[in-house]
Amino acid sequence: MKPAQFDYFRPSSVEETLELLTDYGNEGKILAGGQSFIPILNMRMSEPECLIDINHLQELDYIKQEEGYLKIGALTRQSDLEKSELAANTVPILREASRFIGHSQTRNRGTVGGSLVHADPSAELPLTLLTLGAKVIISSADEEREAALDEFFLTYLTTDMMPDELLTAIHIPIDSIPKGYAFEEFSRRHGDFALVAAASMLDVDENGNVLGGTIAAGGIDAVPLLAEEEDFNVLIGQKLTEQRIKEVVQKMVEKAEPDSDLHASAEYRENLAEVLIKKSLHKAYQRATESGE
Amino acid sequence: MIKKVESKEKMKIQTVINGKSYEKEVEPRKLFSDFLREDVGLTGTHVGCEHGVCGACTVLMDGKAVRSCLMFAVQADGTKIETVEGLVNNKTGRSLKAAFSEHHALQCGFCTPGILMSSVEFLNENPQPEKQEIKEMLSGHLCRCTGYTGIVEAVQQTTDGNSK
Ligand SMILES: Cc1cc2nc3c(=O)[nH]c(=O)nc-3n(C[C@@H](O)[C@H](O)[C@H](O)COP(=O)(O)OP(=O)(O)OC[C@H]3O[C@@H](n4cnc5c(N)ncnc54)[C@H](O)[C@@H]3O)c2cc1C
Ligand code: FES
Ligand code: FES
Repeated sequence: MKPAQFDYFRPSSVEETLELLTDYGNEGKILAGGQSFIPILNMRMSEPECLIDINHLQELDYIKQEEGYLKIGALTRQSDLEKSELAANTVPILREASRFIGHSQTRNRGTVGGSLVHADPSAELPLTLLTLGAKVIISSADEEREAALDEFFLTYLTTDMMPDELLTAIHIPIDSIPKGYAFEEFSRRHGDFALVAAASMLDVDENGNVLGGTIAAGGIDAVPLLAEEEDFNVLIGQKLTEQRIKEVVQKMVEKAEPDSDLHASAEYRENLAEVLIKKSLHKAYQRATESGE
Repeated sequence: MIKKVESKEKMKIQTVINGKSYEKEVEPRKLFSDFLREDVGLTGTHVGCEHGVCGACTVLMDGKAVRSCLMFAVQADGTKIETVEGLVNNKTGRSLKAAFSEHHALQCGFCTPGILMSSVEFLNENPQPEKQEIKEMLSGHLCRCTGYTGIVEAVQQTTDGNSK
């Protein structure tokens, strides 16, 4: 298994990359960590004319707190996100979720931006960042734009990015981030893509009643699925009950179209979704009600 | 203008492998795993699946364990690489090798070079790991012979103050 021939560019700045994308975006592809893309090239499922290797864009490799956001550069390695104290202190679910992405050896290369653009519906980061209300920053030679993640993922492995665009950063709003959080997934082997994954964020008042939050599930639809606000609202104003959780899950699953494939039947995926959402909600609730900080 | 390397053209790269500097010319599509084996002659790095799943091709790039089959040789330009051949000069590497032998942590040995490289990075970062953490690190490697028990024991022994 060897990739077909391609021309190769190694830009050293975002500006150079955008120039190249203007000229070659249609025939060419960005190469980031390569952990999803190089297997595809090796199997010749894709034969682009040229590759634009962005691994030298150091300006896109950062994690910083600024203006009420945790800002993550698109080229930040997944292992750096996993190990970042700043990320763990401001948005602890990021570390919990990152540990499930592939293996330590693939996280050393794989990037945060690459995971979002690859847009696998059961991937950990798209799902987690969706529950956090994150937005992505996207540049082309002509303009810079922002996209909310719930509009970014279109279907399997497809986002709303144009061929001449580069994803440069992810911004997570952190000023009113819920205190309760949890990420849960099930995969056949440690490090495999999840069959189903779930992430929950919860805020709870001093009486233990739910104030607000979000839930998302991956692996049960063509895109990671965020609970709609009106569905989530079923949980608000009271303690978590099995009855209410079931109600929310049912509403989420109704809107999903899980696939039956080699790995699992649609029915099994729905079942797993219920189990994992419930588990993540309970864990998030427990963390939200823990005393102290 | 940003330089374009044509698909049939060769690009000059410079990399330090196991402490020795190499200057070579390679086509852009050459996988780094093939470069190590064919162009440099270091056949200790094994190639199993060529899509990142088996871990046999794992090497250290600037100290980090990475899949050499999921990188192009041109991307190793300017980096420092360590392969299994370099472990003779590495204290942790030598202790690991001894422990692998002692615990029968290999049979056919196909997976072993990759596992040794991951273990070296892992022990550098976590000198006192839990057994569960060792298993998680090893989840990135497929071994079809040993059943892993010996491998876990060997890595564990290397952490238990035996890495002299
Ligand atoms: C054995 C194995 C197990 C894995 N398990 C998991 C898992 O459990 N969960 C998971 O989520 N992932 C998993 N992955 C995939 C993960 O490792 C990849 O890192 C990730 O999906 C893609 O990120 P990348 O940086 O490697 O991107 P690449 O592979 O380089 O690129 C992926 C796609 O995104 C495009 N792209 C990348 N960056 C940008 C950008 N900044 N702007 C525009 N386009 C861009 C590329 O053109 C390409 O189409 C696994 C991979 C392997 C090999
Ligand atoms: S050959 Fe690289 S991971 Fe299998
Ligand atoms: S020893 Fe044979 S594959 Fe591991």
